[in-house]
Amino acid sequence: MTESPNEPFDLVIEPRQSIGHFWRELWNYRELFYYLSWRDVLVRYKQTLVGVLWSVLRPLLTMLVFTFIFGRLAKLPAEGIPYPALVFCGMLPWHFFSGTLSESSNSLVGNANLISKIYFPRLIVPVSTLLVGLVDFLISFVILLGLLGWYGLWPDWHWLALPFFLLLAAGAALGAGLWFAAWNVKYRDFRYVIPFVVQFGLYVSPVGFSSTIMPAPWRLLYALNPMVGAIDGFRWALSGGRTAIDPQTLLISTAVALFLLVSGLAHFRRMEREFADVI
Amino acid sequence: MNTVIRLESVGKKYRLRHQQAVHYQTLREVIGRTWKGLGSRLVRRQGQKRMTREDFWALQDISFEIRQGERLGIIGRNGAGKSTLLKLLSRITSPTAGRILLKGRVGSLLEVGTGFHPELTGRENIFLNGAILGMGRSEIRRKLDEIVAFAEVDRFLDMPVKRYSSGMYVRLAFAVAAHLDSDILLIDEVLAVGDMGFQRKCIEKMEKISSGEGTTILFVSHNMSLISSLCSRAILLNAGRIESAGDVASTIRAYSVDISTRSSIDMTQLPHYGTREHIFTRRLSLFNAEKIPCSTFVMGMPMVAQIEFACLKRIKDVEVGLKISSINHAAIHYFSSSWEGLKQDLEPGIYVYEVTIPEILLFPGQYILGTWILRDGCWSDDHVQGITAIEVLGRDITGNFARHKIKNTFEKYAHSGGEVYLPSRWRFWRGE
Repeated sequence: MTESPNEPFDLVIEPRQSIGHFWRELWNYRELFYYLSWRDVLVRYKQTLVGVLWSVLRPLLTMLVFTFIFGRLAKLPAEGIPYPALVFCGMLPWHFFSGTLSESSNSLVGNANLISKIYFPRLIVPVSTLLVGLVDFLISFVILLGLLGWYGLWPDWHWLALPFFLLLAAGAALGAGLWFAAWNVKYRDFRYVIPFVVQFGLYVSPVGFSSTIMPAPWRLLYALNPMVGAIDGFRWALSGGRTAIDPQTLLISTAVALFLLVSGLAHFRRMEREFADVI
Repeated sequence: MNTVIRLESVGKKYRLRHQQAVHYQTLREVIGRTWKGLGSRLVRRQGQKRMTREDFWALQDISFEIRQGERLGIIGRNGAGKSTLLKLLSRITSPTAGRILLKGRVGSLLEVGTGFHPELTGRENIFLNGAILGMGRSEIRRKLDEIVAFAEVDRFLDMPVKRYSSGMYVRLAFAVAAHLDSDILLIDEVLAVGDMGFQRKCIEKMEKISSGEGTTILFVSHNMSLISSLCSRAILLNAGRIESAGDVASTIRAYSVDISTRSSIDMTQLPHYGTREHIFTRRLSLFNAEKIPCSTFVMGMPMVAQIEFACLKRIKDVEVGLKISSINHAAIHYFSSSWEGLKQDLEPGIYVYEVTIPEILLFPGQYILGTWILRDGCWSDDHVQGITAIEVLGRDITGNFARHKIKNTFEKYAHSGGEVYLPSRWRFWRGE
């Protein structure tokens, strides 16, 4: 601690400038990502009867219902793989997306006491919900492995593409989540908008059915939903290329997800300066 | 020593909305207000109430510098901007004007146990809270034992903190923040919750990190004796501006003059005991030796109290009294007019009785005032307890404000039950 007296200050806080050295600070606080998600995972099943079993039951039950409704009642085509496998392959990224989206959208408001009393890069709060979603994802993935094995669909090189599709779903979820999280701080309307978006999204995404049932002229419009690309991709990879994937769809979905992420980040950074004042 | 914090005419503006009680808005309200604004613009003019927005400067034109290792006390009334200032320095919120320059890592403790999760255990919360404050995992692990020992929670470390007593909770929260290796530590009134013993421990810890490790401390408190025992300098905020800055003693004196409203208490709304058929006590006013309204006094200095009451009927042998109790309402001093030979017959009317206590012989701390009035020498006609609290500040033997070890001793005795100081004379000699 023997600096010269006129050594410059580390940090200058001014009204218009966004707070701090953004990326460097994120790096300095990197462990907080882990701790916040660790907290959420630890706390989630406290005082529940069956605990972690919920992560197993939820996708299983949804799969049964969807298989029954879309596969049996509506008799939609299964694209050459068993219908339960078709549903589960779609549900995996969808649950990851919807869970992350709703959690991250409410994350700032849910951590209001932290935000109004302690400084840390605010971006960590919504981003750490990604890790929580990932834990659920992995649990479901183990069930899926069993299911696919049961139907004789073994892993092959197509699976190497999975991380990309996971990233696609994560980007879309986080991008939308950042928009909603920042708005939610100011306008609590979004508390009601988000469940609606998630529910609506379930029906406009090819979760319970294959996207091939969409008429060809509508495909491109349909691909604007980034989850179409992600779900199609998951199905394609997990089924070992048995289901179809349209490169154009994938391209559009990826572009939309990327746009959501970048614009969401910019929006978040623009709004974060006043979070503590309005939350 | 070099400057680690510099504020250059910093201001913080909030926009107040007067209409709604809830502090967040919904889209519908924003849309609705636009229409209403349009409507009221047409209707207004006839002195209607202005609605919606008003700019409110929580802080304005704040400039000061703090050097490394200094301990700055920030005092002022509620709403003077103390907490806003700490929020700006800790970067929770950003200023509207001016700029702030900081050097080094800033740690803050603006609220006890922020980020603690009730379901998690003490150990888990130490790691979580440490991470929120900016500590790395290895740093926390290294200091875990020290934190646990300081907080005195070792036996309960693996118990969810929701089962902790509030004292344990506070201790743990403070311990984590105090062990953060920060260059600048911001503390807001959090010690008010802990017990006296722990407060002392915290003060000692802060003194240690400040003088030993060169940590700069900014400390907000309403407790003047804590401020004067910890801080080397103080600033007084009033309505968002710096009203006074300098050494602790003069700043506290400026503050105690400033809070003159609390030095004069309207007693009509307080609970009264006694028949009150003849007398009703209306007001208690306190002054220092210079007759300036004041509720903070210095050990060994005079205090003047004026008791104003209405005499409703003709009464005889009136005795007026003032009582000083400890913060636990145990009586310490009685001052009675009749003991000093004033036992008057009164006609109906308003009267003020003034009592001067030449020297306050109380240890530093807070004390509670009460009054009583007797008629005919024995009937208790009006008796009011807990009217207001006064703050007694320590000073050393030479008559200055103490910042020496000797005053800490005063406080130790005050906290352990002895409230009254009596001057005594000492000498010593060598025995056979």
